[in-house]
Amino acid sequence: MALDSKTEFKYIGTRPDRPDGMDKVTGKARYGADAYAPGMLHGAVVRSPHAHAKIVKIDASKALAMKGVKAVVTRADFATDLEGEDWDLLENTIAGEKTLYDGHAVAAVAATSALIAKDAAKLVEVEYEILPCVTDVDAAMADGAPVIRDGAADHSVPEGLHPNVVRYTEFGRGDVEAGFAAADLVVERDFKTEAVHQGYIEPHACLANLGADGKGELWCCTQGHWFVRRMCTALLGLETTQLRVTASEIGGGFGGKTTVFIDPIALALSRAAGKPVKLVMSRSEVLKASGPTSSASMNVKMGMTKDGKLTAATAVFRMQGGAFPGAPMDMTTMLAFSCYDLDNVHHEGFDVMTNRPKQAAYRAPGAPMGAFAVESVMDELCQGLGLDPIDARLTNAVKEGTKSSFGPRYKAVGLIETLEAAKAHPHYSAPLAENTGRGIASGYWMNWGGETSTSLAIGEDGTVQVGVGTPDIGGSRASMALMAAETLGIPYENVRVDVVDTASLGVNEPSHGSRATYASGLAVIESAREAITKLSKRAADKWGIDAEAVEWRDGAAHPSGPNAGDFTPLSIADIAGEMGSTGGPITGHHDASPTGFGGSFGTHIVDVHVDPDTGKSTVVRYTVVQDAGKAIHPSYVEGQFQGGAAQGIGWALNEEYIYDDDGRLQNDVFLDYRIPVASDLPMIDTVIVEVPNPGHPYGVRGVGETGITPPLPAVACAISHAIGHRMTRLPISPPRVLRAIQGKGIS
Amino acid sequence: MKYHTPATFEDAVGIAANATGVTRFLAGGTDVLVQLRADIVTPDDLIDVKHIPGVRDMTQNPDGSWTIGVAVAGAEMTENPALIADWPGVVEGMDLIGSTQVQGRATLTGNLCNGSPAGDAVPGMIAAGASVSVTGPDGSREVAVEDIPTGPGRTSLAKGEMVTAVHLPARGQNGGDAYLRFIPRTEMDIAVVGCAVNLRVDGDTITEARVALGAVAPTARLVEDAATALIGSKLDDAALEALAAAASAACNPIDDKRGTIEFRTHVAGVLAQRAAKIAYARARGEK
Amino acid sequence: MTQVHVTTTVNGDEVEFLADPRETLLDCLRDKVGMTGAKEGCGTGDCGACSVTLDGRLVCSCLVLGVEAEGKDIGTIEGMADGDDLHPLQAKFIEYAALQCGICTPGILVATEALLKKSPDPSEEEVRYWLAGNLCRCTGYDKIIRAVLDTARDLREGV
Repeated sequence: MALDSKTEFKYIGTRPDRPDGMDKVTGKARYGADAYAPGMLHGAVVRSPHAHAKIVKIDASKALAMKGVKAVVTRADFATDLEGEDWDLLENTIAGEKTLYDGHAVAAVAATSALIAKDAAKLVEVEYEILPCVTDVDAAMADGAPVIRDGAADHSVPEGLHPNVVRYTEFGRGDVEAGFAAADLVVERDFKTEAVHQGYIEPHACLANLGADGKGELWCCTQGHWFVRRMCTALLGLETTQLRVTASEIGGGFGGKTTVFIDPIALALSRAAGKPVKLVMSRSEVLKASGPTSSASMNVKMGMTKDGKLTAATAVFRMQGGAFPGAPMDMTTMLAFSCYDLDNVHHEGFDVMTNRPKQAAYRAPGAPMGAFAVESVMDELCQGLGLDPIDARLTNAVKEGTKSSFGPRYKAVGLIETLEAAKAHPHYSAPLAENTGRGIASGYWMNWGGETSTSLAIGEDGTVQVGVGTPDIGGSRASMALMAAETLGIPYENVRVDVVDTASLGVNEPSHGSRATYASGLAVIESAREAITKLSKRAADKWGIDAEAVEWRDGAAHPSGPNAGDFTPLSIADIAGEMGSTGGPITGHHDASPTGFGGSFGTHIVDVHVDPDTGKSTVVRYTVVQDAGKAIHPSYVEGQFQGGAAQGIGWALNEEYIYDDDGRLQNDVFLDYRIPVASDLPMIDTVIVEVPNPGHPYGVRGVGETGITPPLPAVACAISHAIGHRMTRLPISPPRVLRAIQGKGIS
Repeated sequence: MKYHTPATFEDAVGIAANATGVTRFLAGGTDVLVQLRADIVTPDDLIDVKHIPGVRDMTQNPDGSWTIGVAVAGAEMTENPALIADWPGVVEGMDLIGSTQVQGRATLTGNLCNGSPAGDAVPGMIAAGASVSVTGPDGSREVAVEDIPTGPGRTSLAKGEMVTAVHLPARGQNGGDAYLRFIPRTEMDIAVVGCAVNLRVDGDTITEARVALGAVAPTARLVEDAATALIGSKLDDAALEALAAAASAACNPIDDKRGTIEFRTHVAGVLAQRAAKIAYARARGEK
Repeated sequence: MTQVHVTTTVNGDEVEFLADPRETLLDCLRDKVGMTGAKEGCGTGDCGACSVTLDGRLVCSCLVLGVEAEGKDIGTIEGMADGDDLHPLQAKFIEYAALQCGICTPGILVATEALLKKSPDPSEEEVRYWLAGNLCRCTGYDKIIRAVLDTARDLREGV
């Protein structure tokens, strides 16, 4: 059978309706909060109003005395023997001796109605001893800063640093001083970015049912229900497989739903009350106590010759990830200079704890901050040397075989192709209106494989069901069905794709790391190939020839040539109709941790108009160019490009976590946590570049994350050009722009 | 929480006057429900005024003035061409509050009685010279809009008192008004600065003016110096400069999550100039 | 808590429920009427995921009390399709991939249906401002706006 990598496609690259489209436009699709169970109770969480406080006493007697209240849980209701990351996870889920941020969970109540639970939560009396707090990354590293937790630092941290610095990384190559000496221009700048939130519209929600026998079920909105299973069972002291987790439809995640916040609490309440418990976060709880990004304080220095060759680059990234280790400084350092071929490069990273919620992944976690700093300096070098910013990037762009700034050599990658496509795009040469600047920037995400398990089964009529373990966060059912249809040679409509529960497949990592279409897609293709092998064998048996003499094409078994015999082809339906008497059910299955993932580069062009009297910035034109390897369903690839750009624009212009001096979050509603609204944005033009990934049968690269990386620097550079001042601090809010215009600095 | 649906203002006032706990009147609910949800205010008695006859009416009186019921939603105002022709600035102030969905519920009276210094409908009403009818246990009175708010979240309404209607004066000839606000996004934000200008011209010369600012002091306020800068001018550069200076000088803002003192003070002047130009053009019949 | 008996009409059908006065119309639709198409994204009228019509007027059901629904006529996403026939907006949203996660989609569809009834030939700017209270975090709005404009054109041309 010929099953080599394909380049000619019948279904892949088309734009069929997504299988779950009907349910999602009619309100039938069931998300996290849309589940109900007989006898169900409602939960409510008691949260700390203090950013840093010792818990002196918790008295739940008044709450428990309230009619309708069935259970109250505290830290005492969870596992006591945890360490390392599991202990961090539990401590973040429900506070132990101290509360570590505004909104940190302290206790929870289950009652017969949501209103009773909410009222009862107010009756749980918690006595606090307030401690000094710190929320800024630089302040948290300074002498005298309040210590979040002594002894949290690992062996990587050099002597003499504040105990809030918990991890440190440092790496590079070459001789950066010699490199800077060889440069015609060296630019060094400090940068700051604020923490932002993924901003998914669906708050975390779950329905838990856990018995005293240690067996349970959990329905929740998550990007990865096997992760949820592992985390919840660890925190509750259960055997992993005794909990079955079903992923609801998910109303956005962007990395923020790859961990747990309320799910273990709902399970604990259910175990205590002996009834199912539904727990739903409010928007305020989401913003205060889920997992926003890290904020960063950075220094980048780069040198360039007058003909545009980079000679050296250094970067320092100080990143806070909340009250726990885990700020993504390793990814930030690794990817900061990923676009460029550098002989002399050096990186330093600090992971710093503050009194903020534990950061979680957000689309290309860690990469956008580094890109903001590096691409801004790159832009300033081009400006200073009078170079075209795309030409200068082409001079230094990595390609197949280039040794990356973080070590390994690149396989086939598409940075040059995106730069060339951007340069050829009419946007790049369009005239600019008054008070308008143009920014361009490139970015990268290396993507991921991860544990993957899929199954495929042939129905009696020859249609096909596919089970995957990666929740559909943006149309991946359609992509899976297209890949199955392409491989099997059957119509797209004949494939049903389900996201199945944790009892139905082996372990799957979440839909994160831009891995779903790559890894689950690859496993679906391999599952289909296994099914084809079995289907072909059934035909061979029927024809009395060797299986090797059967060729599978267009959804049917054919004799591979004249020597194989002269038989009428058997369609998948023909074979399926007889499967009961020819050997039983026909399925395909694939388990792997595929490592052939290929990174995706992108280059963005943006025009921003600035009102010189108010400092207000308006994005007037935006173009995304990105390498998809092979676009399985181009509409959803474009959607990823557009969504990433929109989120990056929000991060650049308006979004930020604002804490007061007492560490209380000031903007815990969408009114003041300002994500882009429809009238804020122009159409977002897209160009799909396809440089096939050699590690996937059809050339797929993940496309979800790269798109949020270039917008931060692209928007910042556009504004800097519009006003003639370099903007080095996000968000680039109107007060900051106005100060810059007035020559008063930007802080 | 007890929910009341009185059929007359007298009944509504009676419930409020006799209530012993926290009382709120419910018209559009776009502030009351948010405060309820966020546990900021849970009223003991919630008095829904929408069952009182006439509260949804917008009436142009024989003298050309307007009476707007306390439960008239913003969306109903923006669908009233005669009202827009007379008081475009008042209507655009109302229209800027929240989303299309919020416009389906939010009211002028609610925006005023919420007492926010940043309420978008308030500067336009002040500049227009609007008043409200207030009814309470001790009878009724007419109050200028600028005299209702007394501080963030506070009003001059006594216990048991409620607003029963908003009155906009007759537009008259050669008049125009406008309202502009600054927000970081294009929609959905609370005003960082708001400015309304209402003026009348005789030929090219401004003969009457009222300027009101929002979000730059504990209450929306009438800025008489800004009006003085306009009156007698032809909105030349000198008048615009004096207007901006007067508007900025009237600011007494705070630094908060939405804006800085420095920014609000500067932008108040910018918006005053821009709003004045629009109002001037409208007064001259240019648009 | 004293519950209030409410009789109302949802998508043309008479519905009765008991509501605590603190419960919103959204709470009542979801938890008492069993219609979960309207979603709670914020609870404060900032995201539009709970959009419904109240006597024909577009509102956030999280900013309406359940008790206020007495005698009213409510329209939800569940009433948008005519049996198996999708409303043209619903079909166009699928065709254009104008949804990714889909959580904002019911609210956006209810809002845009109200827009096209009021304004059959909206400009791009009008659509964008009309939908400013319907947050979408996945799409960047591009495909949503295109789907709305193209549906409006189809409806005008009788396609």
